[in-house]
Amino acid sequence: MAKSPENEHPQKAFGWAARDNSGILSPFDFSRRENGNDDVTLKILYCGVCHSDLHIVKNDWGVTTYPVVPGHEMVGLVTKIGSNVKKFKVGDKVGVGVIVDSCKNCENCQQDLQNYCPKAVFTYNSPNFDGTKTYGGYSDFMVVHQQFVLQIPENLPLDASAPLLCAGITVYSPMMYYGMTQPGKHLGVAGLGGLGHMAVKFGKALGLKVTVISSSTRKQAEAINKLGADFFLVSSDPEKMKAAIGTMDYIIDTVSAVHPLVPLLGLLKLNGKLVTVGLPEKPLELPIFSIVKGRKLVGGSDFGGIKETQEMLDFCGKHNITAEIELIKMDQINTAMARLANSDVRYRFVIDVANSLSK
Amino acid sequence: MTKSPEERQPVKAFGWAATDPSGHLSPFNFSRRETGDCDVRFKVLYCGICHSDLHAAKNEWGFSIYPLVPGHEIVGEVTEVGNQVKKVKVGDKVGVGCLVGACHSCHDCTNDLENYCSKRIFTYCSKGSDGTVTYGGYSDHMVADERYVVNFPESMPLAAAAPLLCAGITVYSPLKYYGLGEPGKHLGIVGLGGLGHVAVKFAKAFGAKVTVISTSPSKKEEAVNHLGADSFLVSHDQDQMQAAMGTMDGIIDTVSAVHPILPLIGLLKTHGKLVMVGAPEKPLELPIFPLALGRKMVAGSAMGGMKETQEMINFAAKHKIAADVEVIPMDYINTAMERLANGDVRYRFVIDIGNTLVNP
Repeated sequence: MAKSPENEHPQKAFGWAARDNSGILSPFDFSRRENGNDDVTLKILYCGVCHSDLHIVKNDWGVTTYPVVPGHEMVGLVTKIGSNVKKFKVGDKVGVGVIVDSCKNCENCQQDLQNYCPKAVFTYNSPNFDGTKTYGGYSDFMVVHQQFVLQIPENLPLDASAPLLCAGITVYSPMMYYGMTQPGKHLGVAGLGGLGHMAVKFGKALGLKVTVISSSTRKQAEAINKLGADFFLVSSDPEKMKAAIGTMDYIIDTVSAVHPLVPLLGLLKLNGKLVTVGLPEKPLELPIFSIVKGRKLVGGSDFGGIKETQEMLDFCGKHNITAEIELIKMDQINTAMARLANSDVRYRFVIDVANSLSK
Repeated sequence: MTKSPEERQPVKAFGWAATDPSGHLSPFNFSRRETGDCDVRFKVLYCGICHSDLHAAKNEWGFSIYPLVPGHEIVGEVTEVGNQVKKVKVGDKVGVGCLVGACHSCHDCTNDLENYCSKRIFTYCSKGSDGTVTYGGYSDHMVADERYVVNFPESMPLAAAAPLLCAGITVYSPLKYYGLGEPGKHLGIVGLGGLGHVAVKFAKAFGAKVTVISTSPSKKEEAVNHLGADSFLVSHDQDQMQAAMGTMDGIIDTVSAVHPILPLIGLLKTHGKLVMVGAPEKPLELPIFPLALGRKMVAGSAMGGMKETQEMINFAAKHKIAADVEVIPMDYINTAMERLANGDVRYRFVIDIGNTLVNP
């Protein structure tokens, strides 16, 4: 007979879970494995609230098995290490992101692209190799294979570092892969939420000229004054959009609703690249002339491999980059999810797990 | 008073033109400019029939200017050169493709990408620098700036080489640019027509493994035995498509009708590239999840710059690559256009202009 979440592993754990597709979260007792020879145990201090968490608790993608404990942007302190662990010691500040295991053998794993491993184990809502389900960071502690644990640079504040583990790497990875790194080039960032605001910060740190493309003027002052964007383009202003045609080398499109690609493709120069990191549920319209005429491309990207996630964190340490966050208590999570659904956050909620997760 | 096509330029010319969106072509007298200092004048020997000629003749893209003389896969023999011309001399065999002009000063032009210049001038149906409309290769002679004239090595069979000037460069350019022209890659070629069959030949010459993806099972034998493809997938055969998922480094999609690209994205390995060179009139559906989850991309490409067109011709000569053609007389053109509309050609019609274009 299948064991209950509380009994399937030896160590008792506690977190908040959604139990049905209302997506409402509430206290939840479960369990985690013992710390194995290759494992690191971390006490979770903070966990970011990613929009994917919201999609999963509501089963928007049809892949959720309940109960589900979300959370894949967690930072904490190492409390235990296995005998094979050399990279970390007790007390280290570490993070865990979107995946906690992979096959380690396929071509993608061999190239440090565990995020594209067909057998990747996601931090939550995913079958482990032992058949049990993974539970994420809205919880008191995690046990993770050392390969999937990241060092947080000493100089970065922990709470504001949490979103780097998903939002950060999700924009950093394609910026590197698609070559959006030449100083002086012009980057457009469509959508100014959790992903978008990170793309602006990375873009500026890389020496790019950055234009935020947004559907309303609401975020303009912040984009320019606080985040350092050079320009702000309102996508619903036809004249401004026309004046910006053919001016951008790259665009990171973070918009997760269905939206027209044609106006964005028009903003690109010859050989321009538009990378979608938002995940609209339905297909977008792509008139082929829009990419044939200027030899443009539309590319996808899905968070990042572990090596490049560490690279991204080190880059953030060097440039003092963290997310803009609103810190919340665990029991405010349902209100936060409702506000997130309305994009009412500047720009990531982070749960103060250690100080507010209590039985 | 506006001059007639016959009077606009000093040198009389003769060809076949469409005069309205029926697309029906008939004899047409017009004129071309004199040979300028940088110009090359040549007698046209052969001209390939590109599907774009059909689209343009029938105004399917909405920007045709009538009367319209199509033809941008033009091969001939030089009869006169301007005094600043260095590349070719009288008697040389040369070709002109899709372009006859551009601004030469923008970022694209200075990077040998005249095909992406916003002021580019197409070989036909485009406003030339003097304001007159350009007329293409279904005609007795051409005059073009040396920059837009490519040399044909002696060994090349001219009729079969003509389609390289558009079909050839249209697939060669993205194979190189998107890094798909490398030994050991597995490439899919969708559609086996003028573009597709040349893509198979180039891809094999690059050392790739090639799979042709087609709706017609009848093309399998030719694809594998004649063109050298390694395998053949029937796109509506679910089992075959399923078995091939995640196996291709790149796909060149030459299909110009609206079609689903989700199955093609599925055929790509992670980090794979789907390059569109056909030009469907209506938008396609682009599913985002499969792109994201596999870090795949959908990209476009159009023709090629002049430097890479010459490079492509030289590569083709070296590897003995030419198109598979059906040579036709000029007065067969309307029948050929109908057959082309039905996909009834293996794989490019080429008009024997030199021997059959006769001014009555």
